[in-house]
Amino acid sequence: MSSLPSSKQISNLDGKAQKLFDLSYDATNQCVQCGYCLPACPTYESMGKESASPRGRINLVKMAAEGKIDIQQDLAEPIDLCLGCRACEVACPVGVPYGHILESAKEVIAEKQAEEKQFPFGDKVKSILLSSVFPYPKRLRFVGNLTRFYQSSRLNKVIRKGKIIDKISEPMAQMEKILPLLEAPAKRNKWGTTIPAKGETKASVAFFAGCIMDAMMYRTNRLTIELLTSIGCEVIIPKTQNCCGALHAHQGMMKQAKEMAKRNIEAFERSGADYYINNAGGCGAMLREYDHLLVDDASWYERAKEFVNKSRDISEMLVQYGPLPFKKEWQGMITYQDSCHLRNVQGVHQEPRLLLKSIPGATFIEMEGSDRCCASGGIYNLLHFEESMKILDAKMENVKKTKAATIVTANPGCLLQMRLGTERQGTSDQVQTLHLVEVLAEACELQ
Amino acid sequence: MEKHVLEEIKQIVSEERIFLNLAERYSYSYDASFGEYLPEIAVQPISAEEISQLVKLANKYRIPVYPRGAATSLSGGPLPVKGGMVLDMTRLNKKLVIDRENLLAIVSPGVITADIHKKAEEAGLFYPPDPSSSNVSTIGGNLLENSSGPKGLKYGTTKEYVIGLEVVTPTGEIIHTGGKTVKNVTGYDLTRLIVGSEGTLGIVTEAILRLIPKPQARKTLLASFDRLVDSGHAITHILSAGVLPSAMELMDNACIRAVENFSPSGLPLDAEALIIVEVDGHPTALKEEIKRCESICLQAGATNVRVAQNEEERMSIWKARKMVSPAITQIGPTKISEDATVPRSQIPAMMERLKEIRETYQLNLVVFGHAGDGNLHPNIITDKRNIEEMKRVEDAVSEIFEAAVSLGGTLSGEHGIGTLKAPYMEMELGKDGLMMMKKIKEAWDPHNILNPGKIFPEHGQTKVVLTS
Repeated sequence: MSSLPSSKQISNLDGKAQKLFDLSYDATNQCVQCGYCLPACPTYESMGKESASPRGRINLVKMAAEGKIDIQQDLAEPIDLCLGCRACEVACPVGVPYGHILESAKEVIAEKQAEEKQFPFGDKVKSILLSSVFPYPKRLRFVGNLTRFYQSSRLNKVIRKGKIIDKISEPMAQMEKILPLLEAPAKRNKWGTTIPAKGETKASVAFFAGCIMDAMMYRTNRLTIELLTSIGCEVIIPKTQNCCGALHAHQGMMKQAKEMAKRNIEAFERSGADYYINNAGGCGAMLREYDHLLVDDASWYERAKEFVNKSRDISEMLVQYGPLPFKKEWQGMITYQDSCHLRNVQGVHQEPRLLLKSIPGATFIEMEGSDRCCASGGIYNLLHFEESMKILDAKMENVKKTKAATIVTANPGCLLQMRLGTERQGTSDQVQTLHLVEVLAEACELQ
Repeated sequence: MEKHVLEEIKQIVSEERIFLNLAERYSYSYDASFGEYLPEIAVQPISAEEISQLVKLANKYRIPVYPRGAATSLSGGPLPVKGGMVLDMTRLNKKLVIDRENLLAIVSPGVITADIHKKAEEAGLFYPPDPSSSNVSTIGGNLLENSSGPKGLKYGTTKEYVIGLEVVTPTGEIIHTGGKTVKNVTGYDLTRLIVGSEGTLGIVTEAILRLIPKPQARKTLLASFDRLVDSGHAITHILSAGVLPSAMELMDNACIRAVENFSPSGLPLDAEALIIVEVDGHPTALKEEIKRCESICLQAGATNVRVAQNEEERMSIWKARKMVSPAITQIGPTKISEDATVPRSQIPAMMERLKEIRETYQLNLVVFGHAGDGNLHPNIITDKRNIEEMKRVEDAVSEIFEAAVSLGGTLSGEHGIGTLKAPYMEMELGKDGLMMMKKIKEAWDPHNILNPGKIFPEHGQTKVVLTS
């Protein structure tokens, strides 16, 4: 059986295949199919087949771009099952831009689905959230406030007791249990304000609040700002910032992602700050790839590059301008789960560990496989619940071996996922899951 | 695939391990070499019993069967060139037992080679074969291709470490060869026949491997030479001085430039060749040995010799070598990787021939490799979409093989023959030599079921074809 494409297949590329060809074909051809990415891939490990590996996915994108397989029928599922953790990029000896190939495929698949109007139910919800909620900070804040009301009204206890959400959807019920307890809205720092440094001002930084962080984990944002001021940073919260656009880019909505990037670049340029600080690995990765995102836009590319140069994760900033004013001894062992996008895309993995090890009294223990994805994957865990839980449950076995009482993460998605892991393992009353900032703030007695 | 055949396959293997849709099948259409062939079906067996039944069924319906490990092959070993059924062996990976008393490892074929290294080391033991893909490749693939890596010079190749096998034959019988004893002269040595047979004579379902005590320490040096021929002399002089390094690696100027361009490591850009020498063994003996290697290199005309003073410096020397593969792929998207091997004394002559071939065909031909055992890796970096250049590559590849054979060497040291080197088999073996191999194949596999289209040239095929 010969597999060589007939000339008919190549000349008859439909519009979408042609677009995929233009966007990604050269990149897919950089892959030499050595397979060095296989051991790094969490879905290859859990699903155990080539189509669930980076090498397999890159090949399928290439096949689709050559018109040998159908974008919707053959390519969509293997691409959809990728977590996007990008550990394969670090493992790749030839530097194949997997993230770029993945997003190109997602973009074309999303367009094809829109054309054929084939939205599975989950996709409809996703699409409404992405186009009508995430781009609007006020709407998201409203969702956050609603959640706070839900939690403080004791309504949640009634609903949990009656297993009401379980009856609608198991994944949703599991997620409801792990929602962070929210602070009263009155404690929010106002956007557009500047919070002065404590003591001498060493640097002026602009803070990226993030959409989900701002709505649902506001306390972490507030503590981030307090840690920054405690090491001599003046903190500006640019008023017209918005969502980083990562969720959109990961779902193939590139146009919206680009619009959001431009609004953020404008907002942060106006702050005049030395650095732009974020505290969510996933958002940070997106912010730091704005130059790739806007590479075809001559009027924005240079500005995007400057934006990228100034962007930092909070942990980098705290290491550079520290030490932190620690005030109390930490009790118990701490372990750290990397945020894939912080580690694999931003290359930040030493700083959080250095910070945790610097806490007086703390015993830091490295977990086996801490650099491997927890399978939160943005909203992967909602869309592919079973696949995600398989990877998470395996990870929780490694957590157990560390005997740590605190799991630390540096990204909201990972945080909720790891908390879900302890919930599923039945250890959530002994093991707490916290954001790096929360742990550092507590050791500094910031409330 | 016909429906009733499929029904019978489903009686043998549960449905979630059977792949029929186009995306899944395309995912088993390639390896790390060249070409793409769509199988009709891919199956993931989990026991020798399942494989035996599948192979019997394949004989009944004359379906080609292609065993596949991690598909890191550089010679096309697992490519389903005649369609049929791919057996993805990666799920047959449950057994990895270290037997300390007998210095053995007993392993399933789907086990990753690096996991054997790790387990053996935990027990204070050592499994020397170490192909550069060992973090990914399966032991089954290593055995069938007899791929060995840089330590062959001192420790021998993979086949020296395999003493027993469980094999499904091409007609579906399960047989055992060899055993747990190092000495065994009972009958023909089928173990050695299977190892390196590239999946044409059987599918390994379990292997017994020899382990040796782990060397206590190692020392490494990097020497640069202005003239290639001097580096060749340094290599032969070290060996004739009674030092047996555990690894001796060579990089030519094109490799040095590629590495420096890709990831600057402070290598001398004007050097015509670099060699890395590593010795291992007892720490006090090592001090003496590395000193001798250093002075031999200098006597042979090395312009600079760097002996690693600690583990960090040692790693940085090896990093330069490990960067070669990624670095050279930056030159172009298609890499034709050869492993022609010559007697050690002929390395300078072979290097000279390779240089001529590069100039004649105007190609990006770079050379690195395991110089201590004469196993060079000439790599041509090209672009398979450039038809005109690919024609030149075809000619250059033919000449590389001719050069190796005429110098008393061989087509392949460790990558295997597969699809790419099959046309040259007669050149090395002669008509009668090749015929004896064919007779073995025909006796074992009367219906030509296992990995057809490999090793043996198709009728009238005398040259590799890389263009379609």
